[in-house]
Amino acid sequence: MLMETHKRHLLGWALFTPAAILLIAFTHYPTIATFINSLFSNSSIIRPSRFIGVEGYQDLFDDPVFWKVFSNNIWLALGTIPTSIGLAIIMALIVNKAVPGRSFLRIAYFTPTMLPMIAVANIWLFFYAPEIGMLDQVLGLFGIDSHNWLGNPSTVLPAIIVMTIWKEAGFFMIFYLAGLQTISPELAEAAELEGSSRWNFFWRVQYPLLLPTTLFVLINAFLNSFKLVDHLFVLTKGGPDNASNLILYYIYETAFSFLDISYASALTVFLLLLLAVTALAQFYFVDKRVHYR
Amino acid sequence: MQKTLRKMSLGIAASVGMALSSAVAWAETELTMYYPVAVGGPLTKVVDGMVSDFMAENPDIKVNAIYAGNYNDARIKALAALESGEPAQLSVMFSIDLNELRELDAIVPFDEVVKTDEEKAWLNSFYPSLMENGTSVGKTWGIPFQRSTIVMYYNKDAFKAAGLDPDSPPATWDELVDAGKKLTTDDGSQWGMMIPSTGYPYWMFGALAMQNGEVLMNGSGDTTYFDKPGVVEALNFWKDLGSKHKVMPEGTIEWGTLRQNFLEGKTAIMWHSTGNLTAVKNAAKFDFGVAMLPAGKRRGTPTGGGNFYIFKKSSEEERAASLKLIRFMTDPERSANWSVQTGYMGISPASYETETLKNYVKEFPPAAVARDQLEFATAELATFQAGRIRKSLDDAIQAVLVGSKSSEEALEEAQALADRILKDYR
Repeated sequence: MLMETHKRHLLGWALFTPAAILLIAFTHYPTIATFINSLFSNSSIIRPSRFIGVEGYQDLFDDPVFWKVFSNNIWLALGTIPTSIGLAIIMALIVNKAVPGRSFLRIAYFTPTMLPMIAVANIWLFFYAPEIGMLDQVLGLFGIDSHNWLGNPSTVLPAIIVMTIWKEAGFFMIFYLAGLQTISPELAEAAELEGSSRWNFFWRVQYPLLLPTTLFVLINAFLNSFKLVDHLFVLTKGGPDNASNLILYYIYETAFSFLDISYASALTVFLLLLLAVTALAQFYFVDKRVHYR
Repeated sequence: MQKTLRKMSLGIAASVGMALSSAVAWAETELTMYYPVAVGGPLTKVVDGMVSDFMAENPDIKVNAIYAGNYNDARIKALAALESGEPAQLSVMFSIDLNELRELDAIVPFDEVVKTDEEKAWLNSFYPSLMENGTSVGKTWGIPFQRSTIVMYYNKDAFKAAGLDPDSPPATWDELVDAGKKLTTDDGSQWGMMIPSTGYPYWMFGALAMQNGEVLMNGSGDTTYFDKPGVVEALNFWKDLGSKHKVMPEGTIEWGTLRQNFLEGKTAIMWHSTGNLTAVKNAAKFDFGVAMLPAGKRRGTPTGGGNFYIFKKSSEEERAASLKLIRFMTDPERSANWSVQTGYMGISPASYETETLKNYVKEFPPAAVARDQLEFATAELATFQAGRIRKSLDDAIQAVLVGSKSSEEALEEAQALADRILKDYR
């Protein structure tokens, strides 16, 4: 009997080990190592590494570029999340119905998601390019002057927001489409019998039933707004003058272009904390209200 | 199920073992080299071709040449490989990475690798201005490979249409502005000129500053001169081209799409790396010319591009093999071919003496402009902590071009930051 439990434990550990190794090697160890790195200065033959404690974090609060990229990230999140969720719901409602060319529409909506971000950025680079870009050429037909969309600090972030929405909405649509299809058709029949308007049906039945999906999408969209920076490599490199720079790209620059591992680690720990706190907040506060009863 | 798993893992183990043993048996020395490409055109093919020629000539050396993106990416990948214990014995990296690579103790000076008198003479066979970014503390750390200067490409057809002489491109700042005004059309379909201000703005600015009689840094890379009046003036001139003279679009101009702008006739003049020359030549549907950058108080351009480095983490044999490869790639004949195929310059006087390049220059004179300009060239901005200092200057330039700061303010801020970072190195 004891032998039996022993075996069961052993099996349990054996099943757990692969996942544990991966998690420790690629999540927990790097996190801890990053935190430790942030407490020490960089080492080079000229200047050996020394303990600096929270100095790196103080630098962070004194660094105007950090505040700039942080606020850019917030604007990016505010600009992309509500719109792409709204669009995703509308698209999902359209392709959930038996409209002509439904598969074609579904593919059309989903294509941007399948493209790698680098490819997307290369496409949009030629949309936004002044003079030769598609956007300028189309606007030119209506006699509108050429704009330097990516070269002007007041238009560069909105330009990137539009591109991100284009890229993301299709992805979120898939979740809403799945969500819509789990809603029992009886509800639609009942609503029809009761003579409920289409809007009423959406607002009172579909939307509340989609709330768990919305929570999921919301968390994903928020994380993505911090995670997605591939396009910056192609489009702007964070410029002009950091007008389109984002936290993750700034971390990359600090670590690999400036070779300042210590400060990059401090930035990373900050980003990690921010994301962890937000995710927890979303789970604990929003989760309570999303399940329709 | 378990049986299949066991079979599979046996299979994997066997094939890994085979791969390992065969790699050892194949070649005596195996080299891994990373290299960047920063301009247009099918340059990876050219490099790969040169490398396979080398292996055909030297069957005992196997070279893995890995294309690693732009200059930044190449440095990151090579350093990451070294850090993680993957082999990399040599790489082509940004010529201005020198101080950082030295500080990381990642590279060896060529003076320690060359042995024979012939090899020592080879070290002195390159254009001296191309060696400026490759030498430090009296030693040679980088051997020029894909080297460039900034040149002025101009559309001769547009010059004719605007009533300008297509054979005398603007040679001074004043002439540049005058020509620009004539070339800029009222309906906005064609701009007079474009100087790119993303990607490598500090590089273009190095040219303007030098034309105004200033350099951006001292020779040992521990002091910058961003806030000198002459430097501020140079940035004002750049800004004025857009905001005052209206011969260039305002805001920043994208490095990556500028060639396309030029090829589509949206700008009559562009300043760009000579490394783009062959790509422009192959794609231009109009008659174009290439000229030295115009003079302010004098002519001037920074050199640019990539050098060969040998990494410290390498054995004696690997260093010798790397030297062999580098000598092969920088040999006059091959350097001439490289220049023809890309537009990058021949790196030694001897390469311009080869039949290949002599004939090419005769039939296509623009190919010699970058070389002729070397006489007026200075080193590219290369300091300690170069990434951060470059970035602070880039940000300052862009802030001025988009109108959010004055030149004085922006450059003073950049200088203050550079002073703070560099004071430890003085």
